[in-house]
Amino acid sequence: MRQALTAGLLVAACLQSAAVAGDWRGEVSAEMRQFFASPVDPVQHDRFLSVSGEIEFHDEWDDGRHSLTVRPFARVDQHDEQRTHADLREAVWIYHNDGLEIRAGVDKVFWGVTEVYHLVDIINQTDLVENPDGEQKLGQPMLKMSRESEFGTFDLYLLPWFRERLFPGAEGRLRTQPRVAEELSSFTSDRGERHVDLAARWSKNLGDWDLGVAHFRGTGRAPRLLPGIDASGLPVLKPRYEIIHQTSIDLQGAVESWLWKFEGLRRSDSLDEFFAATGGFEYTLYGFGEGNSDIGILAEGMWDERGDSATTPFNHDAFVGVRWVANDVDGTELLAGVVADWDNGSRFYNVEASRRIGNDVKVGIQARAWDRVDATDALYPLRRDDYVELKLTKFF
Amino acid sequence: MRIEGWLLAATIAFATSAVLAESDVDKGLAIAQEADRRDTGFHDFRAELTMLLRNRQGEESSRVMRSQSIEVDGDGDRTLIVFDEPRDVQGTALLTYSHKSGDDDQWLYLPALKRVKRIASSNKSGPFMGSEFAYEDLASQEIEKYGYRYVRDEEFDNQPAFVIERDPVDENSGYRRQLVWIDKAEYRPLKIEFYDRKDSLLKTLLFKSYRQYLGRYWRAEEMFMENHQTGKSTLLTWKTYEFQVGLSDADFTKNSLKRAK
Repeated sequence: MRQALTAGLLVAACLQSAAVAGDWRGEVSAEMRQFFASPVDPVQHDRFLSVSGEIEFHDEWDDGRHSLTVRPFARVDQHDEQRTHADLREAVWIYHNDGLEIRAGVDKVFWGVTEVYHLVDIINQTDLVENPDGEQKLGQPMLKMSRESEFGTFDLYLLPWFRERLFPGAEGRLRTQPRVAEELSSFTSDRGERHVDLAARWSKNLGDWDLGVAHFRGTGRAPRLLPGIDASGLPVLKPRYEIIHQTSIDLQGAVESWLWKFEGLRRSDSLDEFFAATGGFEYTLYGFGEGNSDIGILAEGMWDERGDSATTPFNHDAFVGVRWVANDVDGTELLAGVVADWDNGSRFYNVEASRRIGNDVKVGIQARAWDRVDATDALYPLRRDDYVELKLTKFF
Repeated sequence: MRIEGWLLAATIAFATSAVLAESDVDKGLAIAQEADRRDTGFHDFRAELTMLLRNRQGEESSRVMRSQSIEVDGDGDRTLIVFDEPRDVQGTALLTYSHKSGDDDQWLYLPALKRVKRIASSNKSGPFMGSEFAYEDLASQEIEKYGYRYVRDEEFDNQPAFVIERDPVDENSGYRRQLVWIDKAEYRPLKIEFYDRKDSLLKTLLFKSYRQYLGRYWRAEEMFMENHQTGKSTLLTWKTYEFQVGLSDADFTKNSLKRAK
């Protein structure tokens, strides 16, 4: 929170110097999550109301060569004190000129191509209290240099400050049992969260294919969770952050109606060294049933050499799903699928749909369910957390 | 002898019609090439555009975008489109590398996830942003994407015009054929009729309010697309055209897509 305040002051200073001439935009969301089974831990709740909002300021000068973007975010949750949080998602100055790009500040970077499991994505920490899908990220302080040439794009990242993962609080659902105590986290590096992480990435478009190769050296974003006791003597899990080396590859190709996707990596830390991969395809039937809508069939596999001792539930799993895009005026979309562990049979179902109402309101629904979850599976703590989320967002 | 005579007559008749057909094909292609020649060399441009979508009941919905394009020597144009409205897709951007032959390359940038997604290249006939314009209607119109045939001369809107038929080469096109009215004076498209795969009239596109830029390049300020089968229509309005604003290839990369605002 202290960091957020410092960052906020910095933002205010930046805004003042930019003379507040740029564009402002924002959004507010109201959300309800309803869980259907009684919780594993009686302190957890069944229904959560929540509101969130973000504002974005953007300005450009020198014919767009320089820009400044600032985007703070905040959420208030009815029960989960951890989910009530604020974060500076972006506060970044960008300079670009003729294939050279420099970014300095707090930014968000996504690497990867697959639909379900974002294996190689590593620059930003996951904001796990926002959504268990791991797609929401915390702003990452960075200095990035990027050079585009005929030999591809080279990116260099200097990441001077580490952000710890946010985990749901004691009263929240979709959490481990027992809860993760962020206050008890520890690091293998003496420098802790001040360890300077480095990353490099090369990517190139090869006609129908896009290839990326990257290396990251620094504090791993996914901690090990070790058993411990909190201040009031209750059992908790303590995050332990390791220094890791990760080399990764990502590849996506578009061949007629097929999209092919692959991500693979090798990661090592003081205790472990392993390979992991995920990949698959999306096949789209355009103008399905003589109409305007598209139907996509998705299939992906996930594999982790560590097997049952992996820190991810996606260790020996397969996903099949279907995407329906109506191509209508309201932008109606639906994605439904199931991830099944081929080793222990655990299943995870996911349905998400959204559409616009008018020009500046969007309504979304997400439903998630866990079935036949094996006690050895990393999803086991979520076995009673089937839920539906309704979300209404107003843009302005 | 008599049979041979018939054969000879038939052969001559067939050959004559083939020659005629050939000349119609040549003439159609020549018209398309002349139109293309007159519209080549602008190097780059940018513009703002709005779409007004209207359904059969008269309900309206709007789209606001910015577009920039650059010509590529020996290949199709590159185009970057950034969406401003509807608000939920604000900042979403679409990068297209069109090719004279083969599928175009397309990438979509999703700002909420900071993610660049490749789009399957066979998506031609799908509606663009829920409008009556298909992706292929808005794509760079390269000569090689169609087979041509001159049909007739006809006056359209008090302007002498050629009517040519063009048949999409791509089997993923939503159209069997298109009829294009091109004015004889400036070789600008005035009207296009789109026929679906079953050869029924699907849509009509009207080009209105032409303005000339750099003393050479004609652009229609309004493009009105009407779908005869659904009763829906889309009015596409182009504003603030600027040519030769100094764009380069570096403004049409995945990095520039991520910078789009």
